[in-house]
Amino acid sequence: MAGTQHLLEVRNLTTRFHTEDGVVHAVNDVSYTLDEGDTLGVVGESGCGKSVHALSIMRLIQIPPGEIAGGEVIFRGQDLLKLSDDEMRKVRGAEIAMIFQDPMTSLNPVKTVGFQIMEALILHKGMDKASARERTVELLTLVGIPEAAQRVDDYPHQFSGGMRQRAMIAMGLSCDPSILIADEPTTALDVTIQAQIVELVKRLQHKFGMAVIWITHDLGVIAGMARRVNVMYAGRIIESGPVKEIYANPHHPYTVGLLGSLPGRSGRTSSRLFSIPGEPPDLVGLPPGCAFAPRCHYQTPRCLKETPPLEEVGPGHIAACWEKDKVRRV
Amino acid sequence: MTAQEMPMPTLAPRTRRPPNWLEAWLGHDVYRTVKGLVTNPMSVAGMILLGLFIFIAAAAPMLAPPLPNADPYNIPRDGYGDVPKSPGTEWKSRQPPLPFWWKAVTGKDQWVHLMGTASGQWDIYYGVIWGTRTALFAGLTITLCGVLIGVTIGTLSAFYGGWVDMVFMRITDLFMAFPFLLTAMTLSAVLTPRLGKGLLAPMIALIVFSWTGFARLLRSDILSLREREYVLAARVIGVKDTRIMFRHILPNAIFPTLVLASMRIGSYAITFAGLSFMGIGAEVGFADWGQLLSFARDWMTQLREYWYIVMYPGVTLVLFVLSWNLVGDALRDVLDPRMQGSR
Repeated sequence: MAGTQHLLEVRNLTTRFHTEDGVVHAVNDVSYTLDEGDTLGVVGESGCGKSVHALSIMRLIQIPPGEIAGGEVIFRGQDLLKLSDDEMRKVRGAEIAMIFQDPMTSLNPVKTVGFQIMEALILHKGMDKASARERTVELLTLVGIPEAAQRVDDYPHQFSGGMRQRAMIAMGLSCDPSILIADEPTTALDVTIQAQIVELVKRLQHKFGMAVIWITHDLGVIAGMARRVNVMYAGRIIESGPVKEIYANPHHPYTVGLLGSLPGRSGRTSSRLFSIPGEPPDLVGLPPGCAFAPRCHYQTPRCLKETPPLEEVGPGHIAACWEKDKVRRV
Repeated sequence: MTAQEMPMPTLAPRTRRPPNWLEAWLGHDVYRTVKGLVTNPMSVAGMILLGLFIFIAAAAPMLAPPLPNADPYNIPRDGYGDVPKSPGTEWKSRQPPLPFWWKAVTGKDQWVHLMGTASGQWDIYYGVIWGTRTALFAGLTITLCGVLIGVTIGTLSAFYGGWVDMVFMRITDLFMAFPFLLTAMTLSAVLTPRLGKGLLAPMIALIVFSWTGFARLLRSDILSLREREYVLAARVIGVKDTRIMFRHILPNAIFPTLVLASMRIGSYAITFAGLSFMGIGAEVGFADWGQLLSFARDWMTQLREYWYIVMYPGVTLVLFVLSWNLVGDALRDVLDPRMQGSR
């Protein structure tokens, strides 16, 4: 078993939020695996459950109103959902780290950047202050902060957005985790900085050998970064497979739509940008059948009645669509 | 692991003004706060006034020496007559020792009533000087206790949420439902026979109703800060909830409460004086500004002649409240992140 074991195995993860409007089915029956050193991309539009699924893995959903209603998150053979709070705390940061979308708000304004990175080191590695500080300077240098020895005592407001995201990455990496979950880490940054951050994470991944789950709605970033990609819609994985395969040969109409709505590079600058008609469904009281059906070009009566299962369409490539054989890249 | 090894472009080193020794010693934020306070003319005025009051309180035995073998907080009286005497009138009976500077300044051996006497021949000058101690003590103690209670309840409420929050906040509502001065007065009047006449009863009465604002304010600040991403970031690296509360949230949430506290010190001092004025505070003859003003009650219609019985303690009280408000206002401006760009 040991040789074939996956680093992380998510099985039928289901997360709900009990709100006044009803039960929000944020994550439905999500399953996938992640191996050591692998990179997984998770794409989908806003509100499709990308971030909530990541927070569910970390068990950082606020309960109530949230509830992890079912499933397993097997990390190195143990189910994270069954750990006690104290045990889970030891996993967070030390084994699974996470960086967030907005570096402007994810650092505490009244604490120095150094303090916030040192905190993890002192907590998980049992370092004393002096050695934690030394390591922090090392980490800051590693993520490309110039004059790290001085800047370690700076407050977040003295850092630019790109530098803060670098500091967040340093914080995430401080305890040498085996998984880094990056929740849209480039969304709030401008394009040149985005590229730098992507390069940085790639380089650090190479150096430390950690696995990365990269959550984004930017298909371009995923293409250059991930090996596999999960496409999520309405809290479900609707297509999953190797990046090249998905891009070249998508089998779910939603994936086709997503790829189609990328700004083209073919010089057709005058043509209107393609968009998927309609709006993403309300996750309260999802109708039966395929959640994408109301917006789908290939819709059949069956789509509105039965939820399509994920079925293999190619090597390592699965998609959940009744009409998957008809779907073609536009 | 040097910057040169990196294949990617690094950020150019930024030239920065090196911190001076004071900034290095205090840390950037404290330095900025202090700098803001000493460069704002309003706060400087407030701090000068406040410094003056603190000096007066500290130097009270030298400014107005008490009678030997008597409680220094009792205002000495020059006879028992009803009619106030004007400033500059000489002491006739039971004259306290001369302050050492009196002879040097005026060359006289005779101690006078510098600010006149109130009805009952209480020396106003002595009362104003020693009353400064009472005002500072009452204002600071009431506010400190109120803040401690408020911070405790606000923190517990926000931290535990749910029914704990519900119970604490409904209790707070209960305390806020009555007019502050009225309930404080009533409680003080109820407590006085039990605790004896003195500072204790009115102070406790004020403390009991003072914490509500602090609790509410802190709770709401914590509730909003709790949802910030940096709190999530701290949880992500596995920091314990209690540590997150005390090391990450509270240091961010406490500033508005501290500003409110600094502005309340003055108002509690004036409320305390108000209770004394109405006779529910300190015992008769205790050095307290409200007490001094209460001696003037029967002479209110003749203030044209006896202006000094109201003017001296009244102006002192107003300046005292003003000094705290100026400092509090400046503190608020300096700590407000939205104002940081402008200075």
